[in-house]
Amino acid sequence: MLRLKNVSKKFENLQAVSSVDLTVSERETKVLVGPSGCGKSTLIRLAIGIIEPDEGEIYFKGELVAHENLLEIRRKIGYVIQEGGLFPHLTAVQNIKLVAEYLEWSSNKITARIKELAELTHFPKDALERFPLQLSGGQRQRVSLMRALMLDPEVLLLDEPLGALDPMIKADLQEELRTIFRTLGKAVVLVTHDINEAEFFADELLLMKDGKILQQGSIRELLKNPVDDFVEKFINAQRVRASN
Amino acid sequence: MLLIRRLLLGLVIAANFCFPQWSMGGESQNEIKIGSKKFTESVILGEMAYHLINKKGVTAVHKAELGGTQILFKSLVQGELDIYPEYTGTIVQEIFSGELFRNEEEVRDKLESMGILMSKPIGFNNSYIIGMKKEAAKKFGIDKISDLKNYPELKFGFSNEFMDRGDGWPSLQRKYNLPQRDVRGIDHDIGYRGLENGSIDVIDLYSTDAEIDYYDLKSLIDDLNHFPEYQAVFLYRSDFAMRNPESVKSLLRLEGMISESDMVKLNADVKLAGKSEGEVASKFLERKLNVKTEFYQMTIFEKLIRNTYDHLFLVVISLSAAIIIAIPLGIFAYKTAKFGQLLLGTIGVIQTIPSLALIVFMIPLLGIGAKPAIAALFLYSLLPIVRNTYSGLKDIPLQLSESAEALGLPSRVKMIKIELPLASRSILSGIKTAAVINVGTATLGAIIGAGGYGQPILTGIRLDDTGLILQGAIPAALLAFGVQWLFEMLEPIFVSKGLRLGE
Repeated sequence: MLRLKNVSKKFENLQAVSSVDLTVSERETKVLVGPSGCGKSTLIRLAIGIIEPDEGEIYFKGELVAHENLLEIRRKIGYVIQEGGLFPHLTAVQNIKLVAEYLEWSSNKITARIKELAELTHFPKDALERFPLQLSGGQRQRVSLMRALMLDPEVLLLDEPLGALDPMIKADLQEELRTIFRTLGKAVVLVTHDINEAEFFADELLLMKDGKILQQGSIRELLKNPVDDFVEKFINAQRVRASN
Repeated sequence: MLLIRRLLLGLVIAANFCFPQWSMGGESQNEIKIGSKKFTESVILGEMAYHLINKKGVTAVHKAELGGTQILFKSLVQGELDIYPEYTGTIVQEIFSGELFRNEEEVRDKLESMGILMSKPIGFNNSYIIGMKKEAAKKFGIDKISDLKNYPELKFGFSNEFMDRGDGWPSLQRKYNLPQRDVRGIDHDIGYRGLENGSIDVIDLYSTDAEIDYYDLKSLIDDLNHFPEYQAVFLYRSDFAMRNPESVKSLLRLEGMISESDMVKLNADVKLAGKSEGEVASKFLERKLNVKTEFYQMTIFEKLIRNTYDHLFLVVISLSAAIIIAIPLGIFAYKTAKFGQLLLGTIGVIQTIPSLALIVFMIPLLGIGAKPAIAALFLYSLLPIVRNTYSGLKDIPLQLSESAEALGLPSRVKMIKIELPLASRSILSGIKTAAVINVGTATLGAIIGAGGYGQPILTGIRLDDTGLILQGAIPAALLAFGVQWLFEMLEPIFVSKGLRLGE
C-alpha cells in the first residue's frame, strides 16, 4: 500500500533518516519505536510528503509520489499528530469536514459520515460544535482521528497520537484505537516512544536509532535476538519500569 | 522601487476610476486654481484674486496655505495652479537662485519661456528685515545689521525658508561676516513667540508683518544693501491667460493698488483683529476698487464637517488601498522567504522617510491636493499591515501548518481556510496600527492642499490661535480613538471565537 524505498533526509548537519526501507500493507499495523530524535517522526512526515526526501522514493499503491499527485495522495492518507493538530479557529465539526467541503461533498453525505465517525470514536455529538480549546485532550484526539478518517483513507499515519494524554485516558483510547484499526482494516503506521504501546498495537515493531531501522520483528524476537546492546537496553528499560 | 512605482500608479488609476471628480482629466476645465503660501499676506492676496475672478460663469478655487515657494512654483509650472502671488526678490533669489538677471525684462523672458507671466507690481515692497526687540536693541546699542557682529552670543531664529534661500542666512552671514553660532530654523509665526519669551534674540521679518508694531520690534538697517526688492506680483500661466482674458483683466486691476501701509493694515486685521482673510480681502476690494464681492464665512460647525469629510476622504481611500495591497504582499513575503525579507526591508525604509518629506516627495509625481497625500498615506500604512500579515502567518505553530499541509488542500484553499484565519488577529492589529498612524499623519496633508483636520492646525499656527489649532487637533485625536474603537468592535467579526477563547 505504502512503500518508502531507500529514503534519506538530512537537516543541516543532522542525518535524520538514512537509507530506510519501509512497507506497510492493507490491514497491517506497523509501529515505529525508538528514543526521541531517532528519526521516527521524520520518517512519518516523509511518508505523507510534508517533507521531501533527499534520496529515495515513496510509492503509494505502486505509484511514485511526485509533485503532480501529492495533493491527491495526501487525501488518501489520514494523519494524526500529538495533541491533534486541530485548527483552533474552527469547531470540531468544521475541522472534520474541511476537506470534504472543498471536495464539494453534499451536506447530507457529510452529516452522515460525521455521525458514523462520532459513533466509531465514541465522541459525544453535542461536543461537535465546540472549539478545540473547549474540548478535553482525549476529545481533541478523537476529533483529530475523525478528521483523518473523514475521506475514508486507505492509509493511516499516527505520530505519537496519545503522547500528550494522561494515563487513564490513554489506556481507554489505546483500546478504542486498536479496535478501530481492526474494524477498519486499514494500513496503519504508528509512531511511539513507548515500547508497551508499540507491543499493544502491533505484532511487528521497527526499532529506530540515529535515522536507521536497527531491528524489525515481534517483541519476543527483539528480546530473544537483539542485534545489539541498545535494542536490549531500550526494550528492557521500559518493560522493567512497566512491570514495577 | 519599480514595484512601488507600479503600485502607486495602480492606486492612482484605481482612485481616479472611483473618484473621477478629482482626477486630472475630470476636473472642470474652466475652474481657475489660485494658490497661496502658508503665511497670512499670501492668503489675503490669494483671496483677493479669488474674489476678482470668481464671477458668474467663471469658477475659481483658492487653495490656501500650500506651503513654501518651491511647492507653489512647481505647481504653477505643472499646471496644478493657474495663479499665485509671489515677490520679485524671491523669484530672482530663490526660484532662479544662481542665475544672473540684468533687468526685469530678462526675468520676464525667463518666466515666459516656462509658460508663465508676471503682473506689474501690486504696489508694496515686502522685504526681508532682520529684527529684534526694541529694548534689547537699545540695551546693546544695535541699530544696523553690521552692529550684530559685536554680539556673537545672540541667538538667531530664522524661518525655515530663510535658512537656505539664495538671499537668506548663508549669504547674509557672508556679507556681514556675522559670528553667531546659535542659529536655528523655525516656523515664521512661531519665531515671534520665541522672541517674546526670550528664547531667541534676532529673527527675520517681513516688512509688512503686522507684528512689528504689536511686539514692539526694531527693524535693523540693512546698511550693506543685502536684501533685494520684494515687490509683490502675481504669477500666472500664459495658457490660462489666453483662455481667460477677462479673468486676467480683473486680476490685473490690483496692479499698483496696495501700498505698504495698506498691506500692514490688512495683515493686522487678520492676525491681530481676528477677521477672516476672505472678509478682509473683500472689504478692501470694495473700498479701493469699488468691486462688490460676496464672501461666505463658514461657521465652526460647517468647517468641522468640511474638514471631517476631507480628512476621512484621505484616510478611508489610502487605508483601504493599503489593506487591499498589503495583505497579499504579506502573504507573498511569507511564501518567498528571500524576496520577503527584501520586500519587508524596502517597505521598512519607506517608513523611515519623515512623513512631511514623503508627502512633499509626491508633488512632482502627483501634483498637489488629495492625490499626493493619499499616495503618501498609502505608503505609510503598508508596513504595519504587511509586517503583521507576514508575522501572523509565520507564527503559526509548526504542528498546525504541518497538519494543514497533510490534509491535501491546494495552497490557495489552505491559505484562505486555515492560514489567514489563524493570522487574523495579527493582521487586524496591523490594520489598526496603520489606521491610527494614518489618521494622525493625514493632518500633514493640509500643507499640500489636501484639507482635513490639518487645515485649522496650520491656520492656527499661522495666526497664533490656540482655539483654531484645537479645532483640528481635538477632532483628529477623537477620530484616532474612534478608529481604534471601530477595529476593536470588528474583532469578533474577523477573528474566530475559537481563537479568542484563550484569553
